Amino acid sequence: MSKIRIATTSLAGCFGCHMSFLDMDERLVDLLEHVEFDRSPLTDIKHCQPCDIGLVEGGLCNAENVHVLREFRQQCKILIAVGACAINGGVPAMRNHYTVQECLEEAYLNGVGVDNPMIPSDPELPLLLSKVHPLHEVVRVDYYLPGCPPPGDAFFSILSDLLAGKEPSLPKAMLHYD
Amino acid sequence: MSHTLFIDGLEIPFAPGQTIMDAALAAGIYIPHLCHKPGLTPHGSCKLCTVDVDGRSAAACTLPATAGMKVDNHTPALQEVRKTLVQMLFVEGNHLCPTCSKTGDCTLQALGYHFGMLDGHFPPFYPLREIDASHPDIVLDRDRCVLCELCVRASREQDGKNVFAIGGRGAASHLIVNSPSGKLGDSDLTLDDAAAHICPVGAILPKNHGHEIPIGRRTFDLHSVTEADVAHVGLQKTEHHDE
Repeated sequence: MSKIRIATTSLAGCFGCHMSFLDMDERLVDLLEHVEFDRSPLTDIKHCQPCDIGLVEGGLCNAENVHVLREFRQQCKILIAVGACAINGGVPAMRNHYTVQECLEEAYLNGVGVDNPMIPSDPELPLLLSKVHPLHEVVRVDYYLPGCPPPGDAFFSILSDLLAGKEPSLPKAMLHYD
Repeated sequence: MSHTLFIDGLEIPFAPGQTIMDAALAAGIYIPHLCHKPGLTPHGSCKLCTVDVDGRSAAACTLPATAGMKVDNHTPALQEVRKTLVQMLFVEGNHLCPTCSKTGDCTLQALGYHFGMLDGHFPPFYPLREIDASHPDIVLDRDRCVLCELCVRASREQDGKNVFAIGGRGAASHLIVNSPSGKLGDSDLTLDDAAAHICPVGAILPKNHGHEIPIGRRTFDLHSVTEADVAHVGLQKTEHHDE
């Protein structure tokens, strides 16, 4: 039987959800009997092939995030929004109080300890969105895994359910927004 | 005529003048609520205590109990409606739990857990609201205010001060402060006021505190909102739960 293909990515996130994913520890060995990874920071594959499950960490803060999210939605049968940022914007959404210009000026011109003040303008840099948005504002999301980050046990729980062909559910004790 | 009503088929007593909520709490029955706190005038604004009374929806915290009344409380349909209300409360403000020092002690968050809320469902508003850090001991972060008026009522009824009120209309409604400058620092609010500690969310918080109890060991990490709120009246007050 062919293995279940999983893709993962971190958009406007901190990779904390990926670190928590790795907190499944030795259970990852068993998991790898049943799954293989496609596009993911763990494989460094740059584009997503058709997959069964896509795990998306982080919200949307720039144009590239939106492209990557659309690629994931197109290629993944099941898309899971992982963590607070993917679900409601999280910590990056704190910039929604300010304009993009104010953020750039604070970070690159007026911030404490800024050397050689200059707002980056390389054409290869993705443009920032005016506000940070959660995933479900742009694509359909199949499941949500809340937490900052969701505990390793929660990843194990949702993946075990999906691998068993069950509708995933989260034990109440694992439901946290922090 | 006997003074009893039925909640989900269970016959419970009530004293004349008690609301459905009063009777339920006294009987140890949990009806979800956010803007209600025993001892303060019921406000009926959060609507999380919506129950079906003889087939019609009503707020349990404001409707007086009457003899023979049949109340549906814990039904799948009502739980779904209440979850949607919690989702709307979340998307209406800036409720970013990982950034809030109230996390784990927040009743709104606990209600989200109670209803199994996984996401906000609706597009978030990300409203622009003013923070007031002018008071030496207390910070007012309107991003997290749910307009429950607990602080308004506590200040008026328990502290005798009238520090807070709701100003504006509709989506522009916001908490205002009764002081010449409109700033908390110029108001009569002091740290020992009930109003300084009653906030069910992280909108009014004492300064210089925050991480005495680590995340993961706080009220709603260890208890459900059901236990905590029924315990407040029926058994004993749980530690760390907001006043």
